[in-house]
Amino acid sequence: MKKNLNSKIAAIVAVLVIFVYGIFGVPSGLSGKALLESMTRHIHLGLDLRGGAHLILQVVVSEAVSAETDNTVARIQQDLKAANLTFSQIYKPDPAKPEVIRIEGTSPAQASAVRSLLDNKYSGEYDVTGGGGDGSFVVTMKPLVETALEEKTVQQAIETIRDRVDTLGVSEPVIQEYGLGKDEILVELPGISDLDRVKAIIQSTARLEIHAVVGGPYQDEQAALGSVGGTLPPDEELVHGSGALATGSDADSVYVLQRVSIVAGSDFRSADPGTDQNGLRNVRFTLTNEAGDKFYDYTSANVGHSMAVVLGGRVKEVANIKSAIRDSGEITGSFSADEVEILSKMLRTGALPASLNYLEDRTVGASLGADSIKEGVTAAVVGVLVVMAFMLVYYKSSGINADLALLLNLVILLGFMGFSGATLTLPGIAGVILTIGMGVDSNVLIFERIREEIRAGKAASAAVDQGFAHAWTTIFDTHVTTIVSAGILFLFGTGPVKGFAVTLTFGLAANLFTAVYVSRVIFEAHLNRMKPGQMVSI
Amino acid sequence: MELFHGVNVDWLGKKWYFLGFSLIFSIAGIVSMGMHWAKIGSPVPLGVDFRGGTQIQVQFQQTPDANLIRQATEAAGVRDAKIQTYGGGGTNEMLISLPEQTNEAALDAGRTQIENALRTHYNNPFTVRNVQVVGPTVGHQLERQAGLATLYSLLGMLIYLWFRFQLIYGVAAVVAVFHDTLITVGIFALLDKEISLTVIAAILTLVGYSMNDTIVVFDRIRENLRLSRREPLPDLVNRSINQTLSRTVLTSGLTFLTVLSLYIFGGQVLNGFSFALVVGILIGTYSSIAVAAPMLVAWQEWRSGSGKGVALPAAKRSKA
Repeated sequence: MKKNLNSKIAAIVAVLVIFVYGIFGVPSGLSGKALLESMTRHIHLGLDLRGGAHLILQVVVSEAVSAETDNTVARIQQDLKAANLTFSQIYKPDPAKPEVIRIEGTSPAQASAVRSLLDNKYSGEYDVTGGGGDGSFVVTMKPLVETALEEKTVQQAIETIRDRVDTLGVSEPVIQEYGLGKDEILVELPGISDLDRVKAIIQSTARLEIHAVVGGPYQDEQAALGSVGGTLPPDEELVHGSGALATGSDADSVYVLQRVSIVAGSDFRSADPGTDQNGLRNVRFTLTNEAGDKFYDYTSANVGHSMAVVLGGRVKEVANIKSAIRDSGEITGSFSADEVEILSKMLRTGALPASLNYLEDRTVGASLGADSIKEGVTAAVVGVLVVMAFMLVYYKSSGINADLALLLNLVILLGFMGFSGATLTLPGIAGVILTIGMGVDSNVLIFERIREEIRAGKAASAAVDQGFAHAWTTIFDTHVTTIVSAGILFLFGTGPVKGFAVTLTFGLAANLFTAVYVSRVIFEAHLNRMKPGQMVSI
Repeated sequence: MELFHGVNVDWLGKKWYFLGFSLIFSIAGIVSMGMHWAKIGSPVPLGVDFRGGTQIQVQFQQTPDANLIRQATEAAGVRDAKIQTYGGGGTNEMLISLPEQTNEAALDAGRTQIENALRTHYNNPFTVRNVQVVGPTVGHQLERQAGLATLYSLLGMLIYLWFRFQLIYGVAAVVAVFHDTLITVGIFALLDKEISLTVIAAILTLVGYSMNDTIVVFDRIRENLRLSRREPLPDLVNRSINQTLSRTVLTSGLTFLTVLSLYIFGGQVLNGFSFALVVGILIGTYSSIAVAAPMLVAWQEWRSGSGKGVALPAAKRSKA
């Protein structure tokens, strides 16, 4: 019995040491400051306590699908021309359905030839239908291919954002897929509270592309449409822009451009900010090998024509092709210093595969975070002291037992937070406080039961035995129901709320150990030293 | 020291008072929710989490003047800004909110607009303490999730109690907890306090907490049923409540004290959260005595009245 008890006490001390290590690790010193420092190193504080930005971004995946089918349109055109098959037009009939391509005006005599060409080259990724009397075909991207493309787009966006955030030197950023939709990304940037610049860099929805110019600049869309006979051919688009260098003015003007780009955002290999011989800001870029070859083919075949540099949906510069360009060049435009910097950073880290929408933005200033810590800790300390004082008054010596169990409960809870790497948020601190209140419930249940047994005339050790045995069922049931609701909160909650669910669950789980096992061992140790017939102080 | 030793209160004899009390609060809450519904289209004022929109918490160096701030934002062309003092006024903090932006792409413009407006049109240096911009998509997702989470946790409890006790115990407990949730939300509606994500977290915690209290009473009823099968059910239930009363009052009291400390010292950010807990713990304790236990008795009386079985199922033997 005695030996058994000693090993139980040893086990409890071992648990205590392990979890204290979880909170502090091996501190550099024993001063309050050194302890606090190692504590904040071990326990991750949430953004609401450290200050920082929490963003939820949505990747506009349909843009990536649209870009892919744009390419396919161009490829089908080339393939049909190369095979000497006639058609009147190939286009995408519905902007809301970027996955659908329509081919019209093929000759009925060539229907089967067109069909077999499409089947041979595109049936891996597209479903081909049509080929009846009206000479039209519908080529639709397969849903599986579309989903895969969307997933790839989101992954690429995450990679790109991570690269860009890395250039900012933010410590411990979180960039990951976000649960609710398949196209959402969570970005957490601790310590950042001035978001404007960060956003400019992350977002740069700014896809940089180079398009062939069909016509322009025109004064407005009316004039631009007039130049193409009133209706815009499906493979062309209207783009606004200032084109300051081309027109010598900042006025908004409209260009007619080829819809399919010559150089896309992902074609850039490197980029640097600089100035040209006239002192104007520019960006020097290098293309990837493959894109360079494509660019060379295009520029050598189109000397004398114009190209437009389109950034974030606006024409930034229109340049005349003077000679063939292979893989390097420079873009001079009406850029601000910041724009050049951001643009080159962005081109270096690779372009986003699609633009981003902001769904949510929560920024907590560092001062508010510090206040929250102070207030949370004050509330916790006051709560603990009130509860502990009450237990001492109400249960006398047994109150010491409960208070020891309570303190150990807190140590295990915080140690758990340290080991698991879970995040402590402000509602998480509230969870700690609530754990104190609810955790002491187990002690109260047990002590009240022991009192009842003593009243019923049982001897000290029997009363303690019975008290623990009877209370255990109730304690188990109450803990399970609370952990069920905390678990559901964890599954459904976000950020700070999740932190609350975590501390509450850890706290109550630890409470099962401290209030039932530890408290029991303390009683046993006490009973062992008591004279026969003496009563426990409760 | 001992309180509530040897109490012998006829709780069930007071069931009509309890019913009246619960009905008054529930109906007041429901009426108030109805009025909110007619006015703003949701039963309670929703925080920016659910409502969507932009909310900026700004701390000024000198005492801010809401009218001057409004002039500043309107001079910058920001319409419909709602301007409130925050945190009791002594801290020079203001909340500036913009209504929901339906255009997701332009979501972020409001925040910059407000900051610029204050910088150029209002001569009072400030720091931005907290910014929340929530788009309509996220807002609605969260709203749905919060509803689902509450529903699932009630369902989870029902199933657990069904498995551990009997279906009727589960039903009675869930009705009691639903009653708590309804009254807590009703009080938010009555006081015109906003419900945010953390308030939902508090309500879910209350679901668990109130369930705790109910289980403690039910556990004792189950135990007493096994010991004395002859005792009339109302007496037995009364005795069970009285036996657990000191525990119920003690833990509720202690939890209430910790939550009160959170409400007083925990700061503005957690104000709604700790308020919900303060209210909910009182109601949760009340309901386990005044709603859940009487329901068991009422059910049994109804069963014997309609000529079916007589006794309340003694419940499965405890296995834990």
